[in-house]
Amino acid sequence: MTTEVVLKIAISGVLTGLVYGLMALGLSVIFGVVRVVNFAHGEMMTIAMYLVIVFFSALGLDPLLMLVPISAVLFALGYLMQRAIINPFINRPEHSQFMLLVAVALIMVNALLLIFGPDSQGITTSYSFDSFDVGGVIIDAGKVYAAIAALIVAVALFAFFRLTLTGKAIRACADNYNGALVVGLDVKRLYALTFGIGAACVGAAGTMLMIVTDVTPAIGPAYTLLAFVIVITGGLGSMPGAIVGGILIGLTEALGGFFFTPSAKTMFSFAILVLVLLFRPQGIMGRKTA
Amino acid sequence: MKYLFEDVSRNALILLALLLAALVAAPLVANDYLIIVLITILYFAYAGQCWNIMMGFAGQLSLGHALYIGLGAYVTAALYVKFGVSPWIGLWPALVVAGAVGGIIGFLAFRFGVSGVYFAILTIAFAEFARIGFDHFSWVGGSGGYFLPVANYTQNDFFNLRGSQRMFYYILLAMTVLAFILCHLLLRSRAGYYWLAIRESPEAAEALGINIFRYKMYAVVLSAALTSIGGVIFAFFYNNLFPEQVFHISRSIELILGPIIGGIGTLFGPIVGAFLLTGLAEGLREIMLRLGIDLPGMKQVFYGICLLVVIMFLPEGVWPPLKKKLGLDRDPGKKN
Repeated sequence: MTTEVVLKIAISGVLTGLVYGLMALGLSVIFGVVRVVNFAHGEMMTIAMYLVIVFFSALGLDPLLMLVPISAVLFALGYLMQRAIINPFINRPEHSQFMLLVAVALIMVNALLLIFGPDSQGITTSYSFDSFDVGGVIIDAGKVYAAIAALIVAVALFAFFRLTLTGKAIRACADNYNGALVVGLDVKRLYALTFGIGAACVGAAGTMLMIVTDVTPAIGPAYTLLAFVIVITGGLGSMPGAIVGGILIGLTEALGGFFFTPSAKTMFSFAILVLVLLFRPQGIMGRKTA
Repeated sequence: MKYLFEDVSRNALILLALLLAALVAAPLVANDYLIIVLITILYFAYAGQCWNIMMGFAGQLSLGHALYIGLGAYVTAALYVKFGVSPWIGLWPALVVAGAVGGIIGFLAFRFGVSGVYFAILTIAFAEFARIGFDHFSWVGGSGGYFLPVANYTQNDFFNLRGSQRMFYYILLAMTVLAFILCHLLLRSRAGYYWLAIRESPEAAEALGINIFRYKMYAVVLSAALTSIGGVIFAFFYNNLFPEQVFHISRSIELILGPIIGGIGTLFGPIVGAFLLTGLAEGLREIMLRLGIDLPGMKQVFYGICLLVVIMFLPEGVWPPLKKKLGLDRDPGKKN
């Protein structure tokens, strides 16, 4: 067990963590604005992952090229979901929203099962077996590309929320729902946009994840849980928190899996989750609210 | 007894009696398949009722109740297999373990002010802990599963819970009836009123002098302990336990669908929900079979769509509007 090996594992964990962070960012944005916990988040990501499979096998397109189109498809899915079924639930109790999204998740998982079958599927890109050698530490090229792409999407999203008028309007809805209505913002449309943006994030994350891993229809709930763990660790509703949480959880799982046993790696992230919930419920980067 | 039937309308009593009579008589006419369906229904009705104490009464959303099912199942099964302890004795330690774990989770959450969505996720986290923990707990089989000895029993061994499906059916029926009566009494007790107050507004309840920490703890411990008995039946009926199945989050969700669809916080909701959902699942299976459609996932897609429709159009669940239709609300003109 040399330092190089540990470093390789750690870096690989951080890189995967960045992609996880992007996925969680989608959940965080949706919760932060629409105040609905998207229990179908991981399932939406598996839809994106299967889109990659379809496009890759039909057209041989590289996942990096599919990033924008698949995000656009997921955006549309999220937008329509919010408009058609989630909107009437905005003011309903949590358990009611939870049930709704559980039903949506159930339909998604099984529709994928119906179409693609239960077997694990993956793709092999031209750089799947490439790696960089940085001072004796071997790093997978695919992971590097995926992480860079995830980072670019995240930065673009920050810029969108900070710089554009629509982004500011969405933040206004999040800060004060009634105030936003009073100044004449079309809150329903903005909510749908936000849900679309959250879905696009998860679409981008799913596309990037296909470079480094395989997919099965049943994997959705595990990703939903992972997104929760990350978002709560980082701070629910905080955008930088999601990325920081993603890196932290990615690192923890990689090292936990390496030093103990891979099957127990999620235990470490849950341990972090419990500690954060108890001692810093607002999350690492979260603002303290009443 | 008078206390028990107070403020229950006569029509409701008659209907309850008829339902109970039908359920008691069912095994006389039902075939083996139908008995298994009924066992599934009663299992979910019982577990849903237990979950309802925590969420429906006290307003604490638990998404990790599979944890208590699993603890009940593993504790009693291990005591039976390793030491030959009868499940009727083994269920007491199981009750204590599940209640204690529920208490620990509740204590941590309520002391540190974890509530709402965060509380729900904390309960998932502990269930996942248990799932991964038991996966590596080789004393009870680890991820390879834990099995109870199975043999052909010529007669029911009630004491060791070894025997026919009909025996399990009647045990579950008794459990469901007892849980129903217990919840009915609880709702009319001081604790019940306190729980409803906490559910509606914790701040107002606290301002009125209710010790909300203590009463939330009562709800969690009671709900956890009672749920674990469902786990005992689960273990001895199915005779095999896999952490990946027993503690999985989909198990927790499955368990709470009934009371939510039926009507959260109502006494009859978990029972109605269990009948509807199990009936729906079996009905869909039957239809697929008749149509000769054998596509994995098809049944669940329809199941999900039905859930979606119910939750969209009946936000309070099926039972509250149904109750009004049947005219089972308390007798008009009577006080209370």
